[in-house]
Amino acid sequence: MTVEELSKACGFIPAFPLPDPEREVTCGFCGDLLSWAMGRAKEGSAWCTVMGSVNAVAVASLADAAVLVLCHEAALMGDAAARAQQQGINILRTDLPEFEAAAAVAKQLGI
Amino acid sequence: MANGEEKIVLQYQVPGDDFTRAGEASADLKARLKRLGFPAAAVRKAAISLYEGEINLAIHAGGGEIRVEVTPERIEMWLDDEGPGIPDIALAMSEGYSTAPDEVRSLGFGAGMGLPNMKKYTDSFEITSEVGRGTHIRMAVEIGRS
Ligand SMILES: Nc1ncnc2c1ncn2[C@@H]1O[C@H](COP(=O)(O)OP(=O)(O)O)[C@@H](O)[C@H]1O
Ligand SMILES: [Mg+2]
Repeated sequence: MTVEELSKACGFIPAFPLPDPEREVTCGFCGDLLSWAMGRAKEGSAWCTVMGSVNAVAVASLADAAVLVLCHEAALMGDAAARAQQQGINILRTDLPEFEAAAAVAKQLGI
Repeated sequence: MANGEEKIVLQYQVPGDDFTRAGEASADLKARLKRLGFPAAAVRKAAISLYEGEINLAIHAGGGEIRVEVTPERIEMWLDDEGPGIPDIALAMSEGYSTAPDEVRSLGFGAGMGLPNMKKYTDSFEITSEVGRGTHIRMAVEIGRS
């Protein structure tokens, strides 16, 4: 399933027009500690987190996450949006808690 | 690169305590390796490892230097600093051990997984450190093994 399809199916809102809407989402990951996400999130993940910092954008990029799902309506901080657009990182926003956002992703992916 | 004879050398300065800039070296390395056509798995391993090293230079060492040598066979990285050094390397290498201050933790760093991640994602990893003098890391990702 693509990031754009996932976004529509789960009711997540793009933080800015998706730079890579056709990117395939294959799995999910939850967590806010960057080194855990870096070490454990698989390529193609929908990463559910409250970390909306430039560092989270860097981790999403380096770990090849398909999309960062910013939960609990957490804010995108500082230059995070600009950096994400520049690096082609998809960011979706939702007011759902991480558990529920992840459950919605899992349901769509049939996991 | 294709004829197997060239070597690309990259050098980066990492400033201390600037967490918005830390990550520039690994992002640059990743983009270059992708352009050079290296396998995605190898690029990912090198980028993750370098990012952790870069963050450690910024958080723990007051900055430092990175040198990367890229050949068709391997991506080899050296990280050198003149920071406080690490008194007990075995302890620092264990998952979850961190001396990061609270303000750094609130940014999502300081999980104590950086050095373990570097070791996990590289094919060779060596660290030496002297208290009061600094820390030196050499690590490499072998292309054939990714
Ligand atoms: N370059 C360095 N200079 C001094 N101390 C370091 C350096 N790199 C790592 N350390 C020490 O090793 C510990 C573990 O590092 P790491 O596994 O990356 O976890 P974290 O960075 O999350 O604390 C750090 O908390 C710090 O005490
Ligand atoms: Mg670290």
